[in-house]
Parts: sequence; structure tokens; C-alpha cells
Amino acid sequence: MRREGSAFNGLGVVMLKELADHLTSIRFIILEFIVMLIAVGTVYVASQDIKQNVAEDPFLFLRFFSGSGQQQLLSFITWLTLLVPLMAIGLGFDSVNSEHNRHTLSRILSQPIYRDALLFGKFLGALMTLAIALVVLWLFVIGLGLLFIGIPPGGEEVARAFVFLLVTIAYAGVWLALALLFSVLFRSTATAALVTLGLWLFFSFVWPTLSGVVAVIFFPPDPRYTALGLETPGTVVLQQFLARLSPSTLFGEVVVALLDPTTRALGPIYLSQLQGAVLGAPLPLGASVLIAWPQIVGLLATTILLFVIGYVVFQRQEVRA
Amino acid sequence: MNADTVIEAQGLTKSYGRKVAVDHISFTVGRGEIFGLLGPNGAGKTTTILMLLGLTDISDGEVNVLGFNPAREPLSVKRRIGYLPDTVGFYDQLTAADNLRYTARLIGFRSVDREKRIAEALDRAGLGEFADHRVGTFSRGMRQRLGLAEILMKGAQIAILDEPTSGLDPHATAELLGIIRHFKAEGVSVLLSSHLLERVQSVCDRVALFSAGRIALIGTVSELGREVLGAGYVVDIEADGAGLPDRLALIPGVSRIEQTGIGKLRLHAERDVRPEAAAEVVALHGRLKYLGVQEPSLEAIYTHYFEKKPDETLKEGARHAA
Repeated sequence: MRREGSAFNGLGVVMLKELADHLTSIRFIILEFIVMLIAVGTVYVASQDIKQNVAEDPFLFLRFFSGSGQQQLLSFITWLTLLVPLMAIGLGFDSVNSEHNRHTLSRILSQPIYRDALLFGKFLGALMTLAIALVVLWLFVIGLGLLFIGIPPGGEEVARAFVFLLVTIAYAGVWLALALLFSVLFRSTATAALVTLGLWLFFSFVWPTLSGVVAVIFFPPDPRYTALGLETPGTVVLQQFLARLSPSTLFGEVVVALLDPTTRALGPIYLSQLQGAVLGAPLPLGASVLIAWPQIVGLLATTILLFVIGYVVFQRQEVRA
Repeated sequence: MNADTVIEAQGLTKSYGRKVAVDHISFTVGRGEIFGLLGPNGAGKTTTILMLLGLTDISDGEVNVLGFNPAREPLSVKRRIGYLPDTVGFYDQLTAADNLRYTARLIGFRSVDREKRIAEALDRAGLGEFADHRVGTFSRGMRQRLGLAEILMKGAQIAILDEPTSGLDPHATAELLGIIRHFKAEGVSVLLSSHLLERVQSVCDRVALFSAGRIALIGTVSELGREVLGAGYVVDIEADGAGLPDRLALIPGVSRIEQTGIGKLRLHAERDVRPEAAAEVVALHGRLKYLGVQEPSLEAIYTHYFEKKPDETLKEGARHAA
């Protein structure tokens, strides 16, 4: 039997309240402040670098995001990859369980709305907060870049940077959905925060290394390749498959494809693929997006999957404390 | 469903796996009636309330709230019911008015209507001057009153109050009960659960005693008193007149008369014999100084009932649930 009315009744109201709450919360203001500071620092370092190699690069502006060769550790995206999950987790880890703990949940759910509206509104409210923060940050970096080097970015550069912005928001969505899931699963906000942060540490730092170890166990390197100083294709493919289970790896690959237009493939390149290619020649934006498309879809799919799990659990949960 | 019935439950059941939290209960609540749900913790009162609101699945049975089925039409039900949960919570960082504004938006009131309703509700709950204070600074009593203000603002036809008076000081309790009586005066039905039996007695028209997921007894307090305490009516009379005790003893239904003081008599009867007793005094040309019937105390009923042997309680429960 169909339920009465729309599941989206009250969705906008919940979303706007969450947005207002987040934008005025100390937690968010501090995180945003830190990210802004990092943006200033990294753009400054990148601009110093750019000034020394000015003639060489047709995609000068993208260097502000990706950093240059020697300064990779100080690049903006390195920090962004770290801080975006942190911001998303910071906004999401207590969204549902804090309503339980404040005894507001049963009162809110006794209003004429469905639970769907509450959970989805919370997700959209936090995602919109992150989107606003990231758009501001993005404009900030571009503005700083203009100030530091005084050369306006080309259309292609802006387009690439914009797609990069969208992907970053999607990446934030993954961690937000994960934090939201744990805020549904765990009644204690501290547990939810620690478990989510633990998973983030694991997937961002441990898993990329661990995937190599696991790949070698299941697909030992072939001595014939090793003798030639080459990696065994099977091992590399398995290692890459495992590493790509982590959203951080997926995001990293998309960023490489978008911000470095010369990227022709993410993963092992076969000689046949290089036939007729002009090495070092940039690809058009469409081709770069196409290279990273599976990764982009992977990020979106992970977000949806995590949200759906949280949604199902929340629908079946008892309201009473 | 009768036009004057707002809630009708038939064999309502909730089970978690093999554990039965609410076991085939049936009751009705009339328009403008204050109905009390009483019973020890874990007896199934809150679960019953959540089923009425459509906030938890119904395992078995039928329930009808204002002509709607809460399991199928939860939005229609929730639009017409105000709910004050046990230990109600608000967003501490928001002001009282902002908290109500959020609820009003969720209900879907238009902005002009909204502000008027909020101001009116806060005034009626005695929180008018605290409208722009943050709820974080509120005492428990004020939070409860804000919860009632929310129900007032909603213009609910039924107010469901879960333990509204627990943890409140006597003054705050009295204020709260005052607001609850206002609900009744406006034709709003009130369903309330409470442990403060004496207070419940003073406001409830009818009560249901819960025991282990069943309604053990249901009715007005005096009905329950006779049923559980078996006392019948106790009428106190203070009057003079020669031979009055003998005349009173002849009234049909009076089983016993005792002298409780000079000119004071206590009649034990199986029905309310006040009219006949008054007529007797008048017939003897005596002066009637006091005539009253003792209401049985809910506390005595409750204690007496739950002190019975468990299996006996169960049997009673089965009889009344049937």
C-alpha cells in the first residue's frame, strides 16, 4: 500500500535549518578558517615556483591547485584531500545521534513529515554548507592567484578548475554520507566521530600502502618480469583495483587527470596505447574527464550507497531513546 | 466510529521479536476528554502513544485516530495531534520563538499566520516574555511549557502528553495542569501518562491502568475504586435530628452506619445514597451541615491493584482486555 503524501514534505525546511546551524557553528568557522590559511600558504608557495618557470607551462593557473613538481607536499590539493574529509566528518558525525541525545527527535518526527525528509534534509544541508565553503575557497584561490602573478586564467583552465571543484564536492559527499551513516548507527556522538575518523585514516593513509602488500600476497610477482626490472602486470592491476576501493585514491586519480592535462591514462600504460601519441601534449578537457569518468562515477556511487544504508537503518530504528 | 470518539484502539499489539510490549489493548477517548494512562515503567504506555502517532509499527490490531489510520496516513494524524514526549528536548542554541518557528515551518504554516500563532501560544503558556531567550537557559518546567506552547501553536485536536509532570516542582506542576485543563475547556482531547497519581486524579476524566502491556482496568477513578477496593460508596454526613441513624439505616443499599463524631455519621453503601440521606434529614426537620461522598484515592487503587498476586493480576487483565 502506498503511503500518504510526499516523502519530501518539510525537506526544504530541514535543509535550510541545517544550513543555518552549520554556517553559524564554531566548529565550521574554525575549519573554514584553517582551510583559508592553508590556501594562502600554498598559493603563495606555488606562485613563487611559477614565477621561476613562467614560460614553460600553458596551464599555469592549474599549478595553484596542483602545485609544481618539487613542492608537491605543499600543494593545495594535498591539503585539500586531507581537510575536505575532515570538514565533511565534522559536519556529519553528530547529525542524527545528537537529535536523539537532545530528545528532539521524537518531537520533530511527531510533526507532519516523514523520516526521509529529516535524513535527506540533513544530508543536503551539510552538503550545501560544504559546497558553499568549497566555492568560496575556490574563488579565493583563483583571486589570490591573480593577485600573486597577475595573469588571468584561460577558458580551458577555468573549465578544468570548475570540474575539479565539482569533483571535490562529490568527494566531500562520500565522507559526509559515511559520517551520517555512523551518526545513525551509533547513539554516542564520540563513538561515531572516532569510528569515522578511524576509517578516514585507514582509507587515506594505510590502505594505499596495504593494497600493494595484499596484491603481492594474492598475485606474487613473476620472476621473469622482476628479472627485467619491471612490475608484473597482474600484480599491478590487482594492486590498483584494491587501492581504488578507497575514495581517497579515486579522488587523487581524478585530480591528476583534471589538473594535469597531459595525463593519458590512470594506471599501467601499454605500448600500443602510446602509438601515435605526442608525449607531453595536453588532452582536451572532454578527454580528461572521460579518463577520470569511472572514478567520478565511483565517488558518486559510494555516496549514494552509504546514504542508502544509513537511510534503511534510520527507517527501521525505534524513535524512543 | 462514534462522532464524539477521537481515538479508538481495538486489540492494539506491539511485539519486538518474541517479547510483547503491548498486548491486545482496546480503549476509546472521547472529544474533550482527559484520559490518563497509568502504570509502572515498561508497562507499554509510551509504546502505545508512539503507535497512535504512527512513529512505530503496529504489530496487530486496529487503531483509528480522528478517522485516520496512523500506520497508513501518518501525516494526516500528525497534523492533528500535538505530542509532548517524555523529557522533551529543544535546540538549546535557538530562542524559544525560533524553536517554534522551525516546528511551524515543518507543519507548513504560512509566515503571517505563523508569527501570530507563535506569539499567542507563548503568551498562553506563560512564556511571552521569554520568546527571545535561548532555550539553553530554560528550566525543566519552562521546557515543558514550551512543549505545550508548541501543541497550542499547532492547534491540535488531541494533545498527547507523556509524563508531563515528572521532575517538576509543585508550582510548575500546578501551572502545567492549568494549561491541560484549558485544553479540555477548548474541546481538545488530552491523553496523558503519568506517575503522579494524585495529580492525575485531579485532572483525568477516565484512566486506564497498564500492567505488563495490558490494560488491567479502565474507567473513572470512582468506578475503579469500587472495583478494586470493593468499598462501594462511603458517604459522610453531619446533621442533627432525633433517630437519624435508624432512619438512614433503612435506606435501600446502605450496609453499615458508623458514628465518627458528635452528629457525624459515615454510611457504607453500594450506591450513591446522598439524595436519600438528605431527604431523610429534611424529613426529620434536622439541620444538614455536611454531606459528601468520599472519592477513592487513585494511589490506593494503584497500590492495592499491583500488590495482588501476579497471576491474579494477569487474569484480571485478560478479563478487561477481552
